[in-house]
Amino acid sequence: MLVLLTLFVPLVVGVVALAVPWRPWVGWLSAASSVSVLAFGIALCVKTTSGVAVVALRATYRADALSAFMVVIIGTVSVLATLQTSRVMAHETSPRHASTYVALMQAFITCMLSAVLTANLGILWVSIEATTIATTFLVSHHRTRKAFEASWKYVILCSVGIALAFLGTVLIYFAALHVGTASNATASLNWTSLMKVAPHLNHGVIRFAIALLVLGYGTKVGFAPMHSWLADAHGQSPAPVSALMSGVLLAVAFYALLRCKAIADAALGPAFPRALFLVVGLLSLIVAASLLIAQRDYKRMLAYSSVEHMGLLAVGAAAGSPLAIAAVLLHMLGHGLTKSVLFLSAGEISLAEGTTEIAGVKSLLARRPVLGALFGWGLLALVGLPPFSIFLSEFTMARAEIDQGLWWAVAICLVCVSLIFASITTHARHMLFGDGPRETSAPIAGVAVPLAGALGVCVVVGVSSWPLLSLLHAAAHVVAP
Amino acid sequence: MNTSTYVACLELSTGAVLVFALMTLWRRQVRAIVTMLRFQGVSLSVVAGVLAAHQHDLGLAITAAMVFVVKAIVVPELLARVARLDPHSRETTPLMNVPASLVSGAVLIVIAFAVSTSLTALAPTVPTRLVPIGVATVLVGYLMLVTRRRAVSQIVGLLIVDNGIGLATFLLTAGVPLVVELGSTLDVLLVVVVLRLLVTNVGHRLSSPDLDEMRELHD
Repeated sequence: MLVLLTLFVPLVVGVVALAVPWRPWVGWLSAASSVSVLAFGIALCVKTTSGVAVVALRATYRADALSAFMVVIIGTVSVLATLQTSRVMAHETSPRHASTYVALMQAFITCMLSAVLTANLGILWVSIEATTIATTFLVSHHRTRKAFEASWKYVILCSVGIALAFLGTVLIYFAALHVGTASNATASLNWTSLMKVAPHLNHGVIRFAIALLVLGYGTKVGFAPMHSWLADAHGQSPAPVSALMSGVLLAVAFYALLRCKAIADAALGPAFPRALFLVVGLLSLIVAASLLIAQRDYKRMLAYSSVEHMGLLAVGAAAGSPLAIAAVLLHMLGHGLTKSVLFLSAGEISLAEGTTEIAGVKSLLARRPVLGALFGWGLLALVGLPPFSIFLSEFTMARAEIDQGLWWAVAICLVCVSLIFASITTHARHMLFGDGPRETSAPIAGVAVPLAGALGVCVVVGVSSWPLLSLLHAAAHVVAP
Repeated sequence: MNTSTYVACLELSTGAVLVFALMTLWRRQVRAIVTMLRFQGVSLSVVAGVLAAHQHDLGLAITAAMVFVVKAIVVPELLARVARLDPHSRETTPLMNVPASLVSGAVLIVIAFAVSTSLTALAPTVPTRLVPIGVATVLVGYLMLVTRRRAVSQIVGLLIVDNGIGLATFLLTAGVPLVVELGSTLDVLLVVVVLRLLVTNVGHRLSSPDLDEMRELHD
């Protein structure tokens, strides 16, 4: 029941937004829907922390601790993103576009929720593909040449990638059909039943399948070398859309990979999946580090930093121990919160300054102290300084990786992360410091308060990891027994 | 249907899917490319239909009908309308000329047979033996996607990849469960609608849907 409610609320709000003429309260309704998703997510966490799963629709939908944790991440970031709806839409001239925007946002959130709550690998695939369709129009929302170009690249690359993931899913199904000698009549795409037969799956087929899945879902995660859509799409879309895409969509695609990796681990042993994840993870880190050094656009800078963090997640997942997976999940939450704070404040900066060039923004702290402070603290959280939660999760991931004998991978990560630290702080120094007259601008308390709150949550989680510890433990054990 | 007719029908229709993929590499006129895609959709639905008739599988028969409606009628019609906006549009400057792309197509087919050995080894039945043709179709679709510059040809490339995957799915597992098939077909249809909208929008702004003019975003 709880599972179905979580899915229905954003769906219904999306339909309402399409049905009624645009009024500002529709924007607030969408925020209320996100708050309720977060509340349902927390309720699911409470139910599933002990290790039981909540099922719905004849086990098509199934929430275990991992799914519940993902619902919380989606809920948190969508609260931050949808609180800005009325504000963003105030600049919109056509009421029809505003209604479409709200409806697409809710559809996007519903698709992500469906992806993390389903137990069926096929429906997981359909949901992730559907996020591509919903977000394409959100990326091209500004209807400029650049926006259309970005959404064209986005939809072509992601559709091709996700098509490969479909082939990978079919191969897993094929292997499950041929467990043992006789054809298996009860085989299905259900994740729990696949995990049961996983040790008997054919090795050659699963190897092929997991490679296709890493390539396919990896395109959506933004792993190098399939990352080229990411900076364009995140740079061109409205700020709340960038926040949702970077903060949670990438994490949801990564969640799909975690589920698939669990099957491959059980079928093949850890060595082959580990090698795959290490290759894409380290490659993403190296590519992100090299593209960040000379970056001229601050939105694209944030986008490439997402590539970096997805790389770190992949290396963490490669280690694969329960501690590593718990750190990976915590990192997803920390990255989602921090990145949405940054994209939303970057949206305000570009609105106020009229440019997204790093060189075009000077002495932000003196001229616009609130925005400058939010952006600055956000960047400090992003590069992994304590007391923010990204420091804790990066540190824990490194520890878990060394435990698994991956010290050389940790060394490469450390070099890349330090390079990225240096480039981001250099870019930030250009944007933030310097003298200048204080500018009078419209009140931004509506933006500043929730964003400061989100950074506060990062600090609380980073210092005490309360109240997440037992939940993370339970969630990690779902895919890392 | 006796076994030899079944095998002959299956081999013929499966082969046709790959042949039409290769013919899109050969033709340069955008309208002709869309026609090839239509024939490929028909062949794919025949594959599903033959399998359904042989296995007396109602779900698969519904899938075959659905594939026919979406991939042989609706999607090619949507693309043909875009192509009609500019009836003489041709692939004037593909990144690779026709002979070279046909040779690359041949190489890709060999590669497809090489990588699919683990699949055919697991279940050496008539349909599984034909799976490499599905993989080859996927690879040819990729070639089309990366070497062509017109927006419509890129969409066709994407759809050939999708048809190849559909072919492999039918041959390997006689189709995934119906609900998943329904979802994925719907997704494909929506992607085409989305792309068509983008093409017409970009077309308005760029005066021709040529991707060479999409050069604004870069690092």
